[in-house]
Amino acid sequence: MSNATLKELSVQLAAGACSSVELSRDFINKINSLNKALGCFITLDAERTLAQAQAADAQRAAGRAGPLTGVPLAHKDIFCAKDWLTTCGSRMLANFVAPYDAHVVERCNAAGMVTLGKTNMDEFAMGSSNETSHFGPVRNPWNRDMVPGGSSGGSAAAVAARLAPAATGTDTGGSIRQPAALTGICGLKPTYGVVSRYGMIAFASSLDQAGPMARSAEDLGMLLNVMAGHDPRDSTSLERPAEDYNRSLEKTLQGLRIGLPREFFAAGLTPDVQRAVEAAVAEYKKLGATVVDISLPNMGLSVPVYYVLAPAEASSNLSRFDGVRYGHRAAEYTDLMDMYKRSRAEGFGAEVKRRILIGTYVLSHGYYDAYYIRAQKLRRLIAGDFVEAFKQCDVIMGPTSPTTAFKLGEKSADPVQMYLSDIYTIAVNLAGLPGMSIPCGLDGGGLPVGLQIIGNYFEEARMLNVAHQYQLATDWHQRMPRGFGV
Amino acid sequence: MKWEVVIGLETHAQLSTVSKIFSGAATAFGAAPNTQACGVDIALPGVLPVLNTGAVERAIRFGLAVDGKINPRSIFARKNYFYPDLPKGYQISQYELPIVEGGRVTIQVGDIEKTVQLTRAHLEEDAGKSLHEDFRGQTGIDLNRAGTPLLEIVTEPDMRSAEEAVAYARALHTLVRWIDVCDGNMQEGSFRCDANVSVRPAGSTTLGTRREIKNLNSFRFLQQAIEYEVRWQIGEIEDGRTIQQATVLFDPDTGETRMMRTKEDAHDYRYFPDPDLLPLEVTAERLAAVRAAMPVLPQARREHFVAQYGLTRYDADLLTASRELADYFDATASGADARTGKLCANWISGALSARLNEEGLDIARSRVTAPQLRGLIDRIADGTISGKIAKDVFDAIWAGEGDADSIIAAKGLKQISDSGELEKIVDQVLAANAQQVADFRAGREKAFNSLVGQVMKASRGKANPQQVNDILRRKLAG
Repeated sequence: MSNATLKELSVQLAAGACSSVELSRDFINKINSLNKALGCFITLDAERTLAQAQAADAQRAAGRAGPLTGVPLAHKDIFCAKDWLTTCGSRMLANFVAPYDAHVVERCNAAGMVTLGKTNMDEFAMGSSNETSHFGPVRNPWNRDMVPGGSSGGSAAAVAARLAPAATGTDTGGSIRQPAALTGICGLKPTYGVVSRYGMIAFASSLDQAGPMARSAEDLGMLLNVMAGHDPRDSTSLERPAEDYNRSLEKTLQGLRIGLPREFFAAGLTPDVQRAVEAAVAEYKKLGATVVDISLPNMGLSVPVYYVLAPAEASSNLSRFDGVRYGHRAAEYTDLMDMYKRSRAEGFGAEVKRRILIGTYVLSHGYYDAYYIRAQKLRRLIAGDFVEAFKQCDVIMGPTSPTTAFKLGEKSADPVQMYLSDIYTIAVNLAGLPGMSIPCGLDGGGLPVGLQIIGNYFEEARMLNVAHQYQLATDWHQRMPRGFGV
Repeated sequence: MKWEVVIGLETHAQLSTVSKIFSGAATAFGAAPNTQACGVDIALPGVLPVLNTGAVERAIRFGLAVDGKINPRSIFARKNYFYPDLPKGYQISQYELPIVEGGRVTIQVGDIEKTVQLTRAHLEEDAGKSLHEDFRGQTGIDLNRAGTPLLEIVTEPDMRSAEEAVAYARALHTLVRWIDVCDGNMQEGSFRCDANVSVRPAGSTTLGTRREIKNLNSFRFLQQAIEYEVRWQIGEIEDGRTIQQATVLFDPDTGETRMMRTKEDAHDYRYFPDPDLLPLEVTAERLAAVRAAMPVLPQARREHFVAQYGLTRYDADLLTASRELADYFDATASGADARTGKLCANWISGALSARLNEEGLDIARSRVTAPQLRGLIDRIADGTISGKIAKDVFDAIWAGEGDADSIIAAKGLKQISDSGELEKIVDQVLAANAQQVADFRAGREKAFNSLVGQVMKASRGKANPQQVNDILRRKLAG
């Protein structure tokens, strides 16, 4: 049962083949036996989970079930969930029980979905390997010496290990797509503003976007249908008519124009990843697509631009964690300033501190114009590259990450190497575009490779169609790390 | 050496919205600590600001009232600093692009009218309150005020004396209440001023180094603080010291200002546009809608009062201290000629104001309505009663005994203007006061007044005073 997709679970629950309580108990059991080895979850609460499952079953019995009623999922621990510990992977919030639900959690609850737990993540979503979590690393189910990627590493590994059929994630510079690629699952970052950020602990507000993580494109669409929608509590949430993101899954890809940015296939890309991506493109050609050589000339600026803007916003967003009202406060301090210093020094990990320092620096008097303002200008140039590119193609494809999963500890001493892990995903956030990753092969070591599909604004349904057609023709998304099947 | 004083003011006017600028929590004053602070106000992880359109509308109304430019696009920025009563670690304010730029306020100091130019007015949120006194060795934090909408109104350094600064602050105070954007309650902190003060040798065109006096919440403190600061700065310079740019606090108990911080320890606020809020767009339609709902402004009302009722600028000023008062005057004086108009002005700023003050009422709760007051004034104007009797009638109306006509009839207060009857009374008085008559004839004018008083007394105040005068003069001359 735990190997079933959302779609299959939806059908089975509707047919009465199982109850939500049975299903949830299955997942709880599996989590209990494997979480220690993988570190996917920070918080589990079986009682609460089963109570929610019971309520879902009652709802079904009363004839009020929707497509996902009773289906379990896991929430990244960046989303506030009422009465759940919500840590954001940080010691700073290790004691923080959220008094309210994030919009995303609210929507999933309203759809009758059952929360299995809160998943591990890089501290405050800052990281690409899930190693910055205060609660320890997450291990990649494909090879436990490897990282699962980050920052949504717990969600990705949980879905890959079949500890949850789907999970929520967030993506500021690749935090859904890169871990999806490294764990062989699917992940979608929607157009900025499609999913409300209310209740999602902010990292870099102008880049943060929540999205679904699951094992097929169709499942992503089902979950996105629940997560998306206007929310007046988020001023950047877009007011658009509701849409069914799975409405065009079955459309043919005949005539689809795929743009391949030169810059995605240049130095730094490992040969195994390149081969797998090229094979996927060849498959698309078989499905009727044509390939267009495109250029995103300012792509090379996206990592430096990102590492000015994201830390700038983060340095301000994380100021509220001061030990005054909630969260970690140092046990001893001499005065107010000392309380701030000790509480924050103890509460935040090294990567978070690094980014607060960078962000504070680039916003400082005398540096603001040279860094922040310039980065904003370059951000517009990068977005402009995509506008030009989409005049020639319908979707853009390339690798999600330059490498497959790397070893725990391999890059943690070298932040720049770590940052380059997101070199293909960051530009998409800077432009506010939708992007997704789907599995497209395995490298020589048997580790999954992710294919990135980037769409134009609000083209999520088209992207899901493109991914779904590929998944009808291939079985990479059904590959499973050894030892995790049922 | 002669010194010139240069003053600019920054005023924080609390906008009179029911809820906060970025959350739905109430703004009402005086609630128990932290009972009016929601998740957004206490900056829980994950919460986001949503702009209150009522605050925007009020800012636009203010911009139109001072004839400023309403920016079609303005930006909210974060002002970053750590303080326990600032829950997010930043204040949302407007920095590079405020909603209102420019504008002016006209003030009157003595006989001189002067225009104070505004630099800008921008929207921002208030911080909470730190309570240092109530907790031994600890500080209490009350976040009820956190997120309260403020309009910060900044002037050019256009004022040249404490009197001008106070006149500006008063004019601004009248204006923000007039257009219903701020309740103006200074005790509750709804209207508070920071004064930037510097001095320079008379004739100099460069500005001296300024010191900023923070948080002045009464006109009296504003006056005292500036006067003290000016004396202090002149003293320093004349003693050969230089002024350091600084922020100071005024201590009402000592009447002195004292240093809070110098420029050296000023914060770097690291302003940047708030990514949680979209640029604030004000469309032409929205602007037109706000403009259409604007009340006639005090300046125009004053001009109207002068032109229509022949009031002096001074009277017109008094009667436009608030919109309610101006409305009351208009209702009272409606259709009146200049003489009656002047009577209306005198009665409202005289007897009525005195009475309202005595009883601690505002004009809206006056127990004499505008039509009732006009009824009384009409009887004065047509000679039915004297001004003196009118005071008694006014008291009776106030006491709820009816309107002027019914009270005059019921109490028999009608003025005696019948000359036959008056002559009889005058004759009696002259006969009974031979000594005063003799005194008057001996050239002592005071005796005349005494005789008038006797006549008035004999008529129980009802004699027409002008007629009494005339008759007495005639008879004494004869």
